[in-house]
Amino acid sequence: MRTLEQTTEEILNLAATHFKVPREKLSADDDFFKKLGIDSLQALEMLTRLESHFGIELPDYEMQGVTDFRTLASRIQSRL
Amino acid sequence: MKDFKGKTLSWTLADDVVELELHRPPCNELGSATLEELESFASAIEGAGEAVRAVIVYSSLKPGFCAGADLRELYARTQEMDKAAALAGVREFLERIHLVLNALDAAPVVTIAAVHGVCFGGGLELALACDLVIADKMARFCFPELRLGLIPGFGGIPRLKRDLGNGVVRAILLTGRSINATKASAAGLVSQLAAEGEALRIARSTAAQIRKFDRATTIAAKKFMKPIPYAELRQEIEIFCELFTRPAVMEGLRKFVESTDALPYLP
Repeated sequence: MRTLEQTTEEILNLAATHFKVPREKLSADDDFFKKLGIDSLQALEMLTRLESHFGIELPDYEMQGVTDFRTLASRIQSRL
Repeated sequence: MKDFKGKTLSWTLADDVVELELHRPPCNELGSATLEELESFASAIEGAGEAVRAVIVYSSLKPGFCAGADLRELYARTQEMDKAAALAGVREFLERIHLVLNALDAAPVVTIAAVHGVCFGGGLELALACDLVIADKMARFCFPELRLGLIPGFGGIPRLKRDLGNGVVRAILLTGRSINATKASAAGLVSQLAAEGEALRIARSTAAQIRKFDRATTIAAKKFMKPIPYAELRQEIEIFCELFTRPAVMEGLRKFVESTDALPYLP
């Protein structure tokens, strides 16, 4: 089973690849909206990719108030 | 049936398949302009007779199929009127959109929604009026109306109940959450999953298959297996109008319209 650190790392790699941002520019405590320059619809797209990658369902309301990668990882971790 | 190029949508007919393209930025929000053009479409299909065997509804906009009702237009118009006039306007809109979606639902052609990206609220209601939903794996489906103190008003609940188990309907509606295409397929909402960007191609291939069969038989089979829940659709309009008069609804609309939230679409 993945650790939280592994989950966080996978999210950062996914985000970097999909939104074409250099991986080294992303860190766990970054605000992903600001860092990735994404809007709400792109956030939903990211949600779908994360669900597919981790094989989980992540209801949108779990994303409420979540803006950084580390907190997002903890939400995902609780569904693994 | 002549081809049509409109402000919010367009359609073309080739080899007895009509392709209805939705193209009103940002994401095909259903307001008065789209309603008017959808009414023209419904009328054109009715008059097309045997010239049309299938209809594919799709969006050419990147964000998705349709993000739902045009809440900005709804809010702006209700601000200009007193309560009674606003409610009358809402009722008129609902009656008209119901007529269009009922016509699509019952049309003597096979209808296919080719969905990508966002398919929310009124957008999901449009897809549900179709016989088949083909979705690419990045599509998401949602009824977020409870966030605004409303229920889906374009026929969504009766059609969702017709197609899915009540447990799934409750899970979607009462939480306002979106579900991805894979889950929607498992629930029976989506009939085929497509790779990203491939929903329209697969819809075309499905339409090509469908048009091989005898037209009269297809229409008879569709009519037999797809009842239109007219009584519940009427009831939905009444419930929606009753809810619309509550102050929480205006407040919900105002918050949505004025939101600078990074995630205004989320519950």
